[in-house]
Amino acid sequence: MNDVPPRPAPSERVRVTGPRTRRPRRTSVASEIDAQTEVGEIYMRSLMRTQLRLALGTVLVLASTVGALPLLFATVPWLRTTRLLGVPLPWLVLGAGVYPLLLLLAWSYVRRAEANERSFHDMVGPR
Amino acid sequence: MTTVYAVAAVLLVSAATLAVGAVGLRISRTTSDFYVASRTVGPVVNASAISGEYLSAASFLGVAGLVLLRGADMLWYPVGWTAGYLLLLVFVAAPLRRSRAYTLPDFAEFRLESLVARRVASGLVVLIGVLYLVPQFQGAGLTLRTLTGSPTWVGELIVAVVVLLNVVAGGMRSITIAQAFQYWIKLWALLIPLALLVMHWQHDRHDGAAAGRLDVRAWIEPMQRDHSGYLTYSLILATFLGTMGLPHVVVRFYTNRDGRAARRTTLSVLAMLSVFYLLPTLYGVLGRVYAPDLISSGRTDSVVLALPGRVLGGLSGDLLTALLGAGAFAAFLSTSSGLVMSVGGVIGQDLRSRRFGGVAAFRIAASGSALVTLLATVLTSGLAVAHAVELAFAVAASTFCPLLLLGIWWRGLTARGAVAGLLVGGATSVSAVVTVMVGAAPVGWLGAIVGQPALCTVPLSFATMVLASLATRSRLPAHVGRTMVRLHTPEEIELDRGSYHPETSRR
Repeated sequence: MNDVPPRPAPSERVRVTGPRTRRPRRTSVASEIDAQTEVGEIYMRSLMRTQLRLALGTVLVLASTVGALPLLFATVPWLRTTRLLGVPLPWLVLGAGVYPLLLLLAWSYVRRAEANERSFHDMVGPR
Repeated sequence: MTTVYAVAAVLLVSAATLAVGAVGLRISRTTSDFYVASRTVGPVVNASAISGEYLSAASFLGVAGLVLLRGADMLWYPVGWTAGYLLLLVFVAAPLRRSRAYTLPDFAEFRLESLVARRVASGLVVLIGVLYLVPQFQGAGLTLRTLTGSPTWVGELIVAVVVLLNVVAGGMRSITIAQAFQYWIKLWALLIPLALLVMHWQHDRHDGAAAGRLDVRAWIEPMQRDHSGYLTYSLILATFLGTMGLPHVVVRFYTNRDGRAARRTTLSVLAMLSVFYLLPTLYGVLGRVYAPDLISSGRTDSVVLALPGRVLGGLSGDLLTALLGAGAFAAFLSTSSGLVMSVGGVIGQDLRSRRFGGVAAFRIAASGSALVTLLATVLTSGLAVAHAVELAFAVAASTFCPLLLLGIWWRGLTARGAVAGLLVGGATSVSAVVTVMVGAAPVGWLGAIVGQPALCTVPLSFATMVLASLATRSRLPAHVGRTMVRLHTPEEIELDRGSYHPETSRR
């Protein structure tokens, strides 16, 4: 328990240098993506991740509202019987109320997905 | 008199469909016209066409029948069939358009770089297509029988012939215009009679008649049946995820100009479906008030057609019934055309290589699939296929949904993983469907699972694809990086997107 391995002596910092063979290449992001370099891959992954996060966020909202309805109806009895405007609440929600929500989610998704693509375009830019 | 008006209305819709198709015929010249309308169709026309194609007999007649029969829980069908487009929008619409794949097998071949994956996908397209087509043909037969008393094969034959003439003569361009037109027929054909029926109902309610029939607890309150929690969530999963895997829906995305247009088209489709699906529910409720005897006679599917005659009667009843008959036929014709197009397109692409040119191969394949379906409809007339449409969603959700989601968003999906998942998801969901169709479904929990299999088969299929892909990690498709560039970057950025094109690739 007590024999702690001896620490290696702190070595002196060595500076590693290489001969400069050529000037740094000036490449556009587009050609990095075309050449599938690491930089190009980073740009691609970031685009995919942004769009996927937006998609999953939309689905999360859908699941926690529309997707929660069966659970709510099953566990909260008064929700099944309450009437609004003379119509039983489940019929009003499922028969009509859900659709505006779906449209709102879709509209906001389209707006933001296009904005993401615009900023990707600005970053990658023309060649 | 109903008979005369109804026959006139059905003939009128059929003739109008053919006439609108004939306009397209003059324009369709090349293979590209046939397959994809040359991508010159605007978003609103395209959205009407997608909605027109999507709203089948199950939506026009079936939903009202289900609501009449089983009440609140059935409202999830129209909700799910609409929400399916939201899932399609956020995960699939733009990348699928950008892939330039025309069919699901094209997508499988392009993404996975595997001919085996292509063949498995082709088989599943034909399977889902037929599962969806047979109820359309049968519905046409039953509708014409309800309207005129003719034998069921008359309606089946009419639909087969009109679809065949239209698809074979005009291809996708004519189908696009004809289907855009059919969305509006269907909407007005439900809306006009409904307005008059509801006015009549309000009048009756003041007199206090027929009010008590709606106050049945098990019908009016959701979640009152055995296993309703499982059944409802399974239904939600099947419809939310199944829409993106329907072959005739996916084909439509190729006709958009670019990925951005594909998103906007999907948004318009959501709006159009949201308006349409407000209506069938009300027919179901009115059916409960005015035609409850249809429940005991087992003919709930005819409630939409039966209501005007029972509530209004006389000349107006006859005319409105004829209008609804026309709408129902528009539903059969548009969905069947779309399915025959996409199944024919898939088989045609595989036929094309050697003996036939593109157009000839497509014509042969489309006629073949229409005739085979007609044969299958006649052969299965004794089986309970009326709800095969609902089950087709479960099959699509268990096969093509994981293929698209993982293929688009996960680089790690391999050809072997995808094929394993397609086979496992396909085999389990199809065996459930077959069990239900031959009437061998057990009772209790097992019966609930077989009747609504998605909640079991969808996770199973996803898990199989992921695990099998991880196990074959060393065999990633060679160009997966380039594929991701094509799927996700906007078209206006000039990038190398690889060379795959469905119309030129060798196979």
